[in-house]
Amino acid sequence: MTDSLKTKTRTRSVEVEVLAVLLVLLVIFREPIAGLVEGERLQTWTTVFVSVLVQAVPFLVFGVILSAVIAVFVPRSFWAKALPRHPALAVPAASVAGVVLPGCECGAVPIAGSLIRRGVTPAAALAFLLAAPAINPIVLVATAVAFPDNPEMVAARGLASLVVAVLMGWLWLRIGKAEWIRLPHRPDLDGAAKGRAFWSACRHDVVHAGGFLVLGAAAAATINVIVPEAWLQTLAEQPVLSVLALAVLAVLLSICSEADAFVAASLSQFSLTSRLVFLVVGPMVDLKLISMQAGVFGRGFATRFAPATFVVAILVAVGFGAVLL
Amino acid sequence: MNRQAQAVILFLFGGAVLKASLGDLYLRYVKEGLRPFLIAAGLALVVAAFMTLWYEFRGSRDTDDDHGHAHHEPRVGWLLILPVLGLLLVAPPALGSYTAGQSGSVQVSADSDYAPLPAGDPVKVSMLDYASRVIYDEGRSVTGRRVALTGFVTTGAEGVMLARIVVSCCAADGRPIKVGLTGGPVVDVPAGTWLEVTGKLSTKRGKDPVNKADIAYLEVEQWTPVAAPKQQYE
Repeated sequence: MTDSLKTKTRTRSVEVEVLAVLLVLLVIFREPIAGLVEGERLQTWTTVFVSVLVQAVPFLVFGVILSAVIAVFVPRSFWAKALPRHPALAVPAASVAGVVLPGCECGAVPIAGSLIRRGVTPAAALAFLLAAPAINPIVLVATAVAFPDNPEMVAARGLASLVVAVLMGWLWLRIGKAEWIRLPHRPDLDGAAKGRAFWSACRHDVVHAGGFLVLGAAAAATINVIVPEAWLQTLAEQPVLSVLALAVLAVLLSICSEADAFVAASLSQFSLTSRLVFLVVGPMVDLKLISMQAGVFGRGFATRFAPATFVVAILVAVGFGAVLL
Repeated sequence: MNRQAQAVILFLFGGAVLKASLGDLYLRYVKEGLRPFLIAAGLALVVAAFMTLWYEFRGSRDTDDDHGHAHHEPRVGWLLILPVLGLLLVAPPALGSYTAGQSGSVQVSADSDYAPLPAGDPVKVSMLDYASRVIYDEGRSVTGRRVALTGFVTTGAEGVMLARIVVSCCAADGRPIKVGLTGGPVVDVPAGTWLEVTGKLSTKRGKDPVNKADIAYLEVEQWTPVAAPKQQYE
């Protein structure tokens, strides 16, 4: 016990010291480092990378704060009481609950896990998992801001995502098996004081989601700079290929749902329908979500749930795109 | 990544956002309207950093089981150092002639009604406004007026053009609006130089080689190099 404590203490001090040394070195070698970013391509990459992040920061921070408020100050038992007893009705109810709960997908995965722990039927918790990041108010406002000329995009995104969430919940009721979900034992923050739990949730979510956001911004900037416009143009001209391309791109980029509308807006060569597919698929299936789902619910769950969601999301989004856009 | 390191990262990230949004730096990346939200988000990050440290030092005295699951803490958070470096050390410039050369000109949208240009000789007009009036209104509302456009020089297959980056949300969606220059004194400055160009409507039309968008032209009377404006995007 003492030994393990010592090791942990040592790891901790080393991390902060590494950070301190790194920062001192960066300040000393400021000029040569800034000079590295000289080529026009690299400069453009850096500008796009920084701007995606700067644009996303307010949405990320406010989403995390609101989701921490809900996670800490709204008792979890409330959800079990608030949802209808019949599972088939609980699914749409949970999806709609997801609409009013802000938070990006990184926050929704642990919440869905604890909902299942608290006795909510898994189908309803999964519908919530899909709905909450895709159609909460912050995401819809971000979409409206990113598509100032296409307000119908907001409606199409909200409705399509809601339909996918409900369909996936019902699909789970029909063919889902309880043993696919394996929730690991996790120490709960419920025992901690509210203030401590609140700031702990904020810190964890910003660092976690923010880190993945950096990855997404870097990937988006790379695609923005590397992929020649003419090449995207040919891809964008073919309706089926463009839908598939943006669906795969959404999975690979793994952008936080609060920021993905801005990236979609920048893919202006593509049709609105294919960009709708990007916005519907992204918050429900992406690399970081798949890894988080495998961590929280078990691998057996993630390998079945993610591909099924991917297919359903594409089909529903194309349908709504054909009708609304 | 342990909590103290996370607190330092949160503090740096929030501080970088605050520094960029309190000055003019943020204008290179996002629209002006985002500023109050950026400041609030930066403050929230700094407060979260201090609260994390406060609970960490207060809590380390009485509870030690808390550190037991420190290895669950997200390692991906180290990446947040990159935007801090980007904002504090590199501070990349606003998009400019490279993007203008790579991307096709914005497809200007038609206005239902073109109000007469305001008084002034020459009258200052935005690049988007000029291009839209020329392409969709056959230049009627510009005929007989001297206009002044501000933008940077971009060179390509179509010759020297004046360009400006149009941003609807953040620089990631930035696309150029280009106006061709014809006649007048030869523009012999390197690409990326900011100019104020005065001139009159030209009947010449062009196509952007990248995306075949219509390009309006300006009959140049004179041009003068100017400093890059504070808000470089349109």
